[in-house]
Amino acid sequence: MNKQSLHGINMPYIRFAKEQEAERVILEGQWTLRLLVESSGLRKALKKLGRAKDKQWDISQVERLDSSAAFFLWDAWGKQLPDKLTIRAEHQPLFNRWQHRTVPEPHKMLPDMSIIWYFWQAILLGFYQHISAWLTLLGRLVLDMAYLCTHPRATPFKEISLNIYKAGVSALGITALVGMLVGVSMSYLSSLQLQRFGAEIYIIDLLGLSIIRELGPMLAAIIIAGRSGSAMTAEIGIMRVTQELDALLALGVSHSMRLVLPKVVALSLVMPLLIVWTDVIALIGGMVSAELALDISYQQFIEQLPKSVPVVNVYIGLVKGMVFGMMIAMIACHFGFLIKPNTESLGQETTHAVVASITAVIMVDTVFSIVFRNVGFP
Amino acid sequence: MKNQYTVELEHIWTYFGEQLIHQDINLCLGEGEILGLVGASGSGKTTMMREIIGLDIPTKGQVKVLGEVVQKACTIECRKRRNQTGVLFQNGALFSALNVYENIAFPLWELGCTDENLVKQMVCMKLSMVGLSSKDAMRSPAELSGGMVKRVALARALILEPELLLLDEPTSGLDPIASEDFVILLQKLHQELNFTVFMVTHDLHILRDLCTKVAVLADHQLIAFDTLDKVLSYQHPFIKLFFHNHRAERIFKALEAEHG
Repeated sequence: MNKQSLHGINMPYIRFAKEQEAERVILEGQWTLRLLVESSGLRKALKKLGRAKDKQWDISQVERLDSSAAFFLWDAWGKQLPDKLTIRAEHQPLFNRWQHRTVPEPHKMLPDMSIIWYFWQAILLGFYQHISAWLTLLGRLVLDMAYLCTHPRATPFKEISLNIYKAGVSALGITALVGMLVGVSMSYLSSLQLQRFGAEIYIIDLLGLSIIRELGPMLAAIIIAGRSGSAMTAEIGIMRVTQELDALLALGVSHSMRLVLPKVVALSLVMPLLIVWTDVIALIGGMVSAELALDISYQQFIEQLPKSVPVVNVYIGLVKGMVFGMMIAMIACHFGFLIKPNTESLGQETTHAVVASITAVIMVDTVFSIVFRNVGFP
Repeated sequence: MKNQYTVELEHIWTYFGEQLIHQDINLCLGEGEILGLVGASGSGKTTMMREIIGLDIPTKGQVKVLGEVVQKACTIECRKRRNQTGVLFQNGALFSALNVYENIAFPLWELGCTDENLVKQMVCMKLSMVGLSSKDAMRSPAELSGGMVKRVALARALILEPELLLLDEPTSGLDPIASEDFVILLQKLHQELNFTVFMVTHDLHILRDLCTKVAVLADHQLIAFDTLDKVLSYQHPFIKLFFHNHRAERIFKALEAEHG
């Protein structure tokens, strides 16, 4: 019955010997946690044997006995040493520890059913708390702005310029690429429709209005929300984890002044510029596509564009950009401050920040379209 | 057949880029011993420990743990098969997404133990060994104090019954009472379970009370590896600075008086 595993380790096993009055259970081989985990049959057999009180036990012939295996035996014996036990002296301490001592039982793992009730409550309460915390942040920013008007020297120019670079300059490539592709596909798809009505020349109105008024700002905002918004949330979150936020407070440096304000200012400066950039690239893409698909020359396109799209549309786009930039930065910072010092929370709040800022951007955009419904059409 | 030494470092040279960290280090640690590794900050103590775990690889030389060359067995698979070493990182390194129970049970689950009853039994046993109550089992690591984090991390390090325990500054960040508790706990566990301990520490109490061997790392070399009493009689300037300043002398005197 002696089993040898591939690694040359003596597997644990149970041998029985018949004595005069009682059965003798002899354990041999290596009794370690690792081998115990592997053989569930052995565990079951031990538990069953342990319940039978009339057995004699001999564990003096085991090669190795670790504390886990010892505890398993102890538990199988009903939390006591059996009356007739042969044991080596060196193994005695492994059992002594458990005499007169209770082993803690963890609380039950099943979730409470009341959690469902709290779940809904938490959602409603959470929404209210988000709004109030966000408004507090806005209020702080306004106060900071007022303070900076009287103390212009305290303006964190360095941080602002850093954020302009991170959120603006390094986003030029991706916004250009996306703008270009959207311009080309818009132009190409609508040219097919317009050709059917013989209204090819209206491609300029269509592209100009839709890109300058809606698509350019939205595209740039969504890309920036995903790109810079998430980075801002994670940045503030990591500062919480490494206690940098606490260190700033201890030095008497205001979070809103040093962390939030530069981001908000930088994004509200950068967003309009990025929108102009996206608009221009998307229009170039549309123009090239219109030339190829509809034979509308570049000159014609450029001449016709200001006539069909009043310049006020550009201003609407720029104002939208500023508002979007502020919204994205503030939502990102708001969620950044909510991050708790653990790994799960970091991912969760970053996701929330991106989702919330994109949703907010679309909501604000809808408000803009309703408010300016009579403005800017030729 | 069994190897006599648990940890063997043979001619270890380590460079970080151009910077020399270890210069020809040799060390053999026998079974059941408790080694305290001391040295100035930045002398490469933690690097040495990482080399023993297999997280860093020395530029030259061989690290043997339990008779097996670590560098050759650095893949995840090998580490899993081996993991007879328990590691206690300086800040606990508990998984913050899991609670205390799950943290301790994690190595068992990874070993392939599917019997929840056995896992529960073993986790409860280890919890009791390190002196934690059942109330703590369901808490998340963020709610624990520094001392409790160390205890939980110790329980996690011990769950697979390691033959070698690596401790990185086990008492740093603990108050004197908690650190004293931790020393007593380690002492008791060592008596019962008889593992080998490789410990990085600055704590003179631990060196005096717990360690059977003391290794001193200075000038990129191992300048001493002996029992504390013998190390104290060495004439190296770092040892003089470290062990024979006012504070150290006072602590040793107090300990001497305490133990008679």
